[in-house]
Amino acid sequence: MTKHVVAPVAEIPPGTRRLLTVKGRPIAVFNLGGEFFGLLNRCPHQGGPMCEGHLTGLVQSRTPGQYDRSRDGEILRCPWHGWEFDIRTGQSYVDPERTRIRAYPVSVAEGAALVAGPYVAETIPVSVEQDYVVVEV
Amino acid sequence: MNVQLQGTPTLETRLTGKLGIADGDIHPARKSSTDFHPWLAKRWHDHAALFGTPGRQGWQVGPAYPKSQPNASRRDAYPPEGGRQGSSLSFMQAQHLDPNNVELGILNPLGVGQGMQNIEFSAAMCHAANEWQIAEWLSKDARLRGSVMVAYEDGPLAAAEIRARTGDPNFVQVLLLSRTAEPLGSRRYWPIYEAAAEAGLPVAVHAFGYGGAPITSAGWPSYYIEEMTGHAQCCQAVLTSMVVEGIFARFPSLKVILVEAGFAWVPPLAWRLDKHWKRLRAETPYLTRLPSEYIRDHVWFTTQPMEEPDPREHLRDTIDWIGWDRLIFATDYPHWDFDDPAHALPLAIDDEQRRKFFIGNARTVYGLNAPGWPAAARQANT
Repeated sequence: MTKHVVAPVAEIPPGTRRLLTVKGRPIAVFNLGGEFFGLLNRCPHQGGPMCEGHLTGLVQSRTPGQYDRSRDGEILRCPWHGWEFDIRTGQSYVDPERTRIRAYPVSVAEGAALVAGPYVAETIPVSVEQDYVVVEV
Repeated sequence: MNVQLQGTPTLETRLTGKLGIADGDIHPARKSSTDFHPWLAKRWHDHAALFGTPGRQGWQVGPAYPKSQPNASRRDAYPPEGGRQGSSLSFMQAQHLDPNNVELGILNPLGVGQGMQNIEFSAAMCHAANEWQIAEWLSKDARLRGSVMVAYEDGPLAAAEIRARTGDPNFVQVLLLSRTAEPLGSRRYWPIYEAAAEAGLPVAVHAFGYGGAPITSAGWPSYYIEEMTGHAQCCQAVLTSMVVEGIFARFPSLKVILVEAGFAWVPPLAWRLDKHWKRLRAETPYLTRLPSEYIRDHVWFTTQPMEEPDPREHLRDTIDWIGWDRLIFATDYPHWDFDDPAHALPLAIDDEQRRKFFIGNARTVYGLNAPGWPAAARQANT
């Protein structure tokens, strides 16, 4: 796994997402309230582009008639067939044992640290004044 | 790493990128509700503005069930220039026709005139929809072929529209919806089958529509998943009615294509029909053959939404019974339950089966087997 600097933090503000190509792989990076997540942009069911999916919560029912909604904004529904995935792990809700989207760790690093390395920052210029989004691929 | 679904084929057995495919179910949309005005009498412009375009159902606007995705369509299919999914030919080309190697795409416009309660307005809208298909789609992309839209609740009006399109190479089928005022084998629809048989056009029945009756034979269900599942039930009733009312006995050259209802239900329906025919044959003596024989000889099925059995090999058994020459590949683009041609058929099949499934059967049923297609078709269109 190599760490790749993909964008200044300010370019992917909270509530937004961006499709990036890292090491030739299409990766959707999401900013959920300051927390970053990276998923391969390809649904394991039939290949739908996950970056265009709908972020929603998890609705569950302990028993008929009772409903619980949790994980607000952390469930990513495929833009085609609506399969639900946990944005933190890429795990499918309906078929968790067999179906998972590849998840890539995403972190935020200070520019000062990046200048020192060992990061791959060939695609964007890095300055010490900014923070950056780093994807491990 | 991605975990492969059980039974998902290796890359080698997937559709190769080089095979041109047919798509038996593409849904073009209007950019605006005024798109049909060039082909609609002014009277109907005013009528639509004053009274709207209500369907034959209890709801004033909209479908009876929520659609899970906006406009029942893929969230990634909005054209970059704006407008709803399916409304841009250039984006349809860029997102679907070109990358998926669609060599023959059949347009099935929905929600643009069929199933309206005002039958004369419905007929006018269907006529306009046919002109619109030519002007905005068929004349601009030689891979596309149109459906003759008809106001099917009035047999003679519908037949007149079919006769007006006879011989026009733009159109390769007549389009009906599955939810109608009466089951589709009923006599009121026979003028449609007569005209279609004379014109040499298959009659496609697309799941959905506004018949006025509850959408299942058990009444109104509560949830969209019941509507989605119920399309297969509805089309079983449609197919049973067509066979038992004798339309295939009466119109021996008639071809029917059931669109977007799946197909795994076909063998058990045919078994049940055959069993009862052996006992009750005298009730409908004009049926001189097993019901399954009429189905095998007259009926094709588009593939989407293909059943996804576990294990997937059960799909092979099902297709073996129906016949590898009877399925027409379809994606339903841009609708949300789109089947991707690279993933939809997760079976190892031989080249001949693959060719029939993805392109050959469509060319046969639509009568487009001329050598040189699609180059010849392009020439004919220009």
